[in-house]
Amino acid sequence: MLSRNQIIVLGSVAACFILVAVTLPNFLTVANLMQVARQASIGAIMAIGVTFVVMSGRLDLSVGSLLSLCAVITVSIQNDFGPGLSIPVALLIGIVAGAVNGYLVAVLRLNSLIVTLGMLSVLQGLALISTEGRNVPVVDQETWFALLGRGYLGGVPVPVLVVLCLGVVFTLLLKRTTFGRQLTAVGGNEVASAFSAIDTTRIVFVAYVISGLLASVAALVFVSRVMSARNDSGVGYELAVLAGVILGGTSILGGSGGIWRSIAGILTLAALQNIMLIMGLPYYAQWLMTWVVIIAAVWVDLASRRRALFV
Amino acid sequence: MNTSTAITTKAASQQIAATKPSRLAMLTGFLLAPAPILLLLLFALFSVASPSFLTMFNLSNVLLHASLIGLLAIGLTPVIISGQIDLTVGSVLGLAACIAVGFQGVLGLWGAVLLAIAAGTVLGILNGVIIERTGVNAFIVTLAGMIGIRGLAFVIFGDTSLSTSDERFAVIGALKIGPLSIITIAFLVVALIVGAMMRQSIHGRNTYAIGGSRRAAGDSGIMVGKHVIANFALCGALAALAGVCMAAQLTSAQPSYGRDYELWAVIAVVLGGTRMRGGRGTIAGTVVAVIALSILRNGMNLINVSPFYVPVITGLTLIGALVIDRKFSSRSGGAGE
Repeated sequence: MLSRNQIIVLGSVAACFILVAVTLPNFLTVANLMQVARQASIGAIMAIGVTFVVMSGRLDLSVGSLLSLCAVITVSIQNDFGPGLSIPVALLIGIVAGAVNGYLVAVLRLNSLIVTLGMLSVLQGLALISTEGRNVPVVDQETWFALLGRGYLGGVPVPVLVVLCLGVVFTLLLKRTTFGRQLTAVGGNEVASAFSAIDTTRIVFVAYVISGLLASVAALVFVSRVMSARNDSGVGYELAVLAGVILGGTSILGGSGGIWRSIAGILTLAALQNIMLIMGLPYYAQWLMTWVVIIAAVWVDLASRRRALFV
Repeated sequence: MNTSTAITTKAASQQIAATKPSRLAMLTGFLLAPAPILLLLLFALFSVASPSFLTMFNLSNVLLHASLIGLLAIGLTPVIISGQIDLTVGSVLGLAACIAVGFQGVLGLWGAVLLAIAAGTVLGILNGVIIERTGVNAFIVTLAGMIGIRGLAFVIFGDTSLSTSDERFAVIGALKIGPLSIITIAFLVVALIVGAMMRQSIHGRNTYAIGGSRRAAGDSGIMVGKHVIANFALCGALAALAGVCMAAQLTSAQPSYGRDYELWAVIAVVLGGTRMRGGRGTIAGTVVAVIALSILRNGMNLINVSPFYVPVITGLTLIGALVIDRKFSSRSGGAGE
């Protein structure tokens, strides 16, 4: 099942964690690990969607702004009409935004980095316009909606269960369906896929819709947890999520990767942040660590594959 | 024998002449790119829409605002032409601004400024060396570097605002030559120098060759790694210079300076007609695109567009420019490529 280089990567990660667990007794407690998983869940949900886009050989930098937009709209609709309506509306916004990205990148064949940067700006602006620059709290916080972000089921936080369910569903979609196989093929070699009668336009379009949809799911979990929304809630998520996806080993050039890998990447970054806080290091030191860890992880993977440290 | 050689040489030179467009064709090609059209349209629009747009004071302001992103974008252009990308420029700007202000007490004004620019250059070289030696994708290396260098600035200086201790720094930052700020002049001079480098130097020519086909460039004896690292070093140095300029202009520095600037710099470079996959692009195109974006921002401000609508309009303009470029240009590999 596992190749040599995967064993090396997993082994070194495991070794680091064992070392940390032995030296830091506060890290390896159930309560702390649950906390880490709960904090990572919003990024993990977005990472599932972004993995589809990255595997198709594209980027999606608009997910952070989309989270902001869906979050503020969810709150305002919930205050007026209750949570029953806010959920479908948020999901619809996610799908529409994903479809716009998909149209521009897949149908018009524009550069995905630039298009999704443009959408980052547009969606951020829409979030600002809809709230007129204010932060909006949920008025009635005692509805069933609170379960999504704050609830526990059998001692496990509901957001973590959401990640697990979505992970199973989307792994099945990626690994066990024609769509998933075609997506992997498009990311691996787009020209060859097109010649093999794969509708590359449709595949890439759907990948963006999935990414948009999951960003809106992440927004619902986010709102349910903090019960308010700032119009800059999602700022920075796009790059943090991408960092997790890359750390998980999904190729930035497309064609290889996996949902669980991305979730593991996000969890690793969250655990790292947690460890450094327990060690009493300044908050920003985790960013330095992220720098080293991402490059080192990708380097080790590459080096073990070509069996040479340097090019 | 001799004649056939002569014929082949002649045919070859004709072929070269055919592939190398004339100056007129180059000029029309340049003017029909999205950035110059956007610049002219916005200029005309805001000249009509606002009486205060077409004043010396406002136009020099537009140029001043273009200068900081402009320095980043000029450094980024050769990197992208050689087929790489550098997302660290915004973070390097922030770190350099803090060094230039924070170390004034220890090293003196010029020592601090030199250290800031040296730090930017070293970080650029570091990016280039990691990319060339480890083979890790430039996007990944500089995405991680963007997070890490920002962290470095926060760890060294803390989450505070530093203010300049040397009065001369503020004086230099506010210096004007005619209507133009010293920072604008730095931007224009750097643009001229880097533009000449890309057009006329061996390094510039090799940069285009590497972006066109890295393997072919390597096979024809070009030291690919050396040129790529040199471009990253220049990019880091110019990002640091932008940081020093920003600190001098605002007479203060924060580690958060330059956040999101890397994205705007990339946008300007691409809007200016540089191909993301490398091999094509000009400094002139980048300069025009930076100024067009600055006019857009300034103009919306002048005609009292609500600040909440500014990101929407900016984003739509960017996407619109790419769509129009794709729809109406027959050139293969336009700006959206």
